[in-house]
Amino acid sequence: MKSIYMDHSATTPVDPDVFNAMIPYYTDIYGNASSVHSQGQKAARAVENAREQVASLIGASPGEIIFTSGGTEADNQAIITFMNSNQKKGKHIITSAIEHHAVLHTCEYLAKQGFELTVLPVNQEGLVEPDTLRSALRPDTALVSIMHANNEVGTIQAIPELASITHEVGAVFHTDAVQTVGKIPVNVKELGVDLLSASSHKLYGPKGSGCLFAKKGVRIGSYLYGGGHERNMRAGTVNVPGVVGFGKAAELAQQRLPQHEAALKELAQGLTRGILDVIPNTRLTGHPVHRLPGSVSVCFDYVEGESILLMLDSYGIMASSGSACTSGSLDPSHVLLALGLAHETAHGSLRLTMGKDNTQEDVDYVLEVLPSIIKNLRIMSPLGQ
Amino acid sequence: MYSQKVMDHFMNPRNVGKINLPDGVGEVGNPTCGDIMHIEIEVKDDKISDIKFRTFGCAAAIATSSMVTEMVKGKSLEEAEKVTNRTVAEALDGLPPVKMHCSNLAADALHEAIKNYRQGEGSSACISKGCCRKETNSCCDKVAE
Repeated sequence: MKSIYMDHSATTPVDPDVFNAMIPYYTDIYGNASSVHSQGQKAARAVENAREQVASLIGASPGEIIFTSGGTEADNQAIITFMNSNQKKGKHIITSAIEHHAVLHTCEYLAKQGFELTVLPVNQEGLVEPDTLRSALRPDTALVSIMHANNEVGTIQAIPELASITHEVGAVFHTDAVQTVGKIPVNVKELGVDLLSASSHKLYGPKGSGCLFAKKGVRIGSYLYGGGHERNMRAGTVNVPGVVGFGKAAELAQQRLPQHEAALKELAQGLTRGILDVIPNTRLTGHPVHRLPGSVSVCFDYVEGESILLMLDSYGIMASSGSACTSGSLDPSHVLLALGLAHETAHGSLRLTMGKDNTQEDVDYVLEVLPSIIKNLRIMSPLGQ
Repeated sequence: MYSQKVMDHFMNPRNVGKINLPDGVGEVGNPTCGDIMHIEIEVKDDKISDIKFRTFGCAAAIATSSMVTEMVKGKSLEEAEKVTNRTVAEALDGLPPVKMHCSNLAADALHEAIKNYRQGEGSSACISKGCCRKETNSCCDKVAE
């Protein structure tokens, strides 16, 4: 049976070119990048080359890139070490209600340590409104952390404006760009951000590899203590193959971005249109226009998300949902609730996130199969009848 | 994640639907919680001559509903009253630990339907007081409003 993967916001397959680029660094050029001998130095050069590739993708200088184990670690380092290192500025941190848990839970941890936290609400489409940020900023606000685009509903924030407002009070702006790097143009200068998190496995690179961009002059600290790796900013033997993979993925993403972005936008529009036109009592979640290319997020009344996913899976279609049953907790996703959706609506959520290998045929197949899945689940449901 | 039996009852649920003029109706759960099991029974000579379910919820919710109807159809009310959430889960070769709780309310819905029949209320639905047994669950707090 054909396998149609539409969960690219969760993770992506490693591109064969990326994989091939990584292999020598497991078996031939396996040295510790900190070693003095030529084995190590070859590895070190590969790390610096990857650093340039990643920096180029986001318009940064290589010296501003710290390699980490992924987006989560980058978020933790940015938020925790910045707040700890800048207490003279203040102990107030602002974030949004729709952040990934890697940001939210980190902020909540800081709140327990005596910092003050403000969580900004979002509007129905998932946008943080500039005035909302403006009114929350205080003289003692040290950091604002707002994600570039949301993983569940795809909404892309107006980062340049939000960063600019943040700078007016002398605070620093961090963005979790895990979902945007490699998918839409991300330029740290244009965005105006001081700190940015990225993750390799969202752009056809390996898992376990990511980075934190820290603009020159922004004072952060090391999150992991140990040897002086990454210019004393991140202890731990550098994961050379992971970093090489990330670099290669970044290089490929930079080359392919314009055509992929356009193609995925079109596919997503077609899929969204198809779903909304054919299946009644369905709504789009997130912003209809300012959203990640390839991202479709909808809610179906009267049916539950995990059931939809398992039915789709039986047809070879892989997607995700924000329902409680899929979140492992008893509440549906905090993102959907923050958008103002009622619990029962949020339970019927479906997220389809397409990638570079999805085709119009894939979209057609989903549109062939999904209506009857929803219809059958609704026949089984005590609601809406 | 799920046993083969659960997947079978999920993909091919038994006894979905409504009963015309049911003798007993029971419903547990609420939309906030994400699980609603609705069961209707027809009773003849103290036996469950027909039983139908409609469920809003995940695969575990649907499968447990389907299984409970299969377990009691044609059986006496007395036998049906002996069915518990645990025996339903066992009949399905078990459920993942996280699903044992909110999703496993099908037997409760059946008992509500039998209670409703015994009360002689005909086809008025009887909504159970809530979906959760564990005090620590956030959805219990919502139900308590």
